[in-house]
Amino acid sequence: MAAAKRYWQDVKEGDTLAEVRVEKLTRTDFVKYAGASGDFNPIHHDQTFAEASGNPTVFAMGMLNASILSRVVTAFAGRPNVRRYKVRFATRAWPGDDVICRGRVTRKLELGDEKLVEGELEAVNQKGETLISGSFVAALPSRG
Amino acid sequence: MPVDKSFIGKKGEPVTMHVERGKIREFARAIKDDDQLYFDEAYAAREAGGIMPPVTFLQTASHWDDGRGRPRVPFDLKRVLHGEQEYEFLAPIHAGDVLTAVSTVVDVYEKPGKRGGSMNFAVIETEYRNQGGTLVARARSVSIETGQVVKD
Repeated sequence: MAAAKRYWQDVKEGDTLAEVRVEKLTRTDFVKYAGASGDFNPIHHDQTFAEASGNPTVFAMGMLNASILSRVVTAFAGRPNVRRYKVRFATRAWPGDDVICRGRVTRKLELGDEKLVEGELEAVNQKGETLISGSFVAALPSRG
Repeated sequence: MPVDKSFIGKKGEPVTMHVERGKIREFARAIKDDDQLYFDEAYAAREAGGIMPPVTFLQTASHWDDGRGRPRVPFDLKRVLHGEQEYEFLAPIHAGDVLTAVSTVVDVYEKPGKRGGSMNFAVIETEYRNQGGTLVARARSVSIETGQVVKD
């Protein structure tokens, strides 16, 4: 799916961004992201290593969750318009967990010749615990 | 282990990153994103001047480098957490671009942990320039070494 074209004038502070949801993460999801990103820290795919490190099992790379969360911004503004993306990791996601991603516009501003939108982001699991909190800045096209 | 401030200011060697179309597709699949910007060349050319990498794609550079690139702060992998990550995009990046990344340790510090012991923090900034020398992106990463094995 491509991002819908959205104009700066059509956005209001407080607007909610469309939710992105990935249900029931699997170990295979972690391995696919390991291959794609190159993050082969064994704590994310090797049960023996994960247990030796004091964990019940493997868990998702924070950057996998952050990548899923970034889709809220690209679906809203379009990838070419993303100017800044920032995340802070809170809780880890385990196999079977959902990653539910939300965003909200907090501010509209003009900087130079760009019309910008700032917003806050959050990814939570199925229990409502925060996996990631974040923020973004995107430039939107102007009408007229 | 107390934090070693002498790592502040350490710079890695420049690392070359080829922004490959196949790698972009693999990455987009791994994050379950079906945006045609990552898959359909004709569509991407119309909408964005070519296939673009996803927002978090630059993270791949820090793993696929040849080992010289990252100024390493010697944290114990079993106790390391990724605390924060930030990307700033200053100019477009497209498949086919050849980026040069240079990382610098901008800060190393220590904080008392919530469950006793202390936590060490390392802040690393990476600048990405394209084949034309244009600064296209900046990444900032905060790693945390916990006092003991990580428990939620």
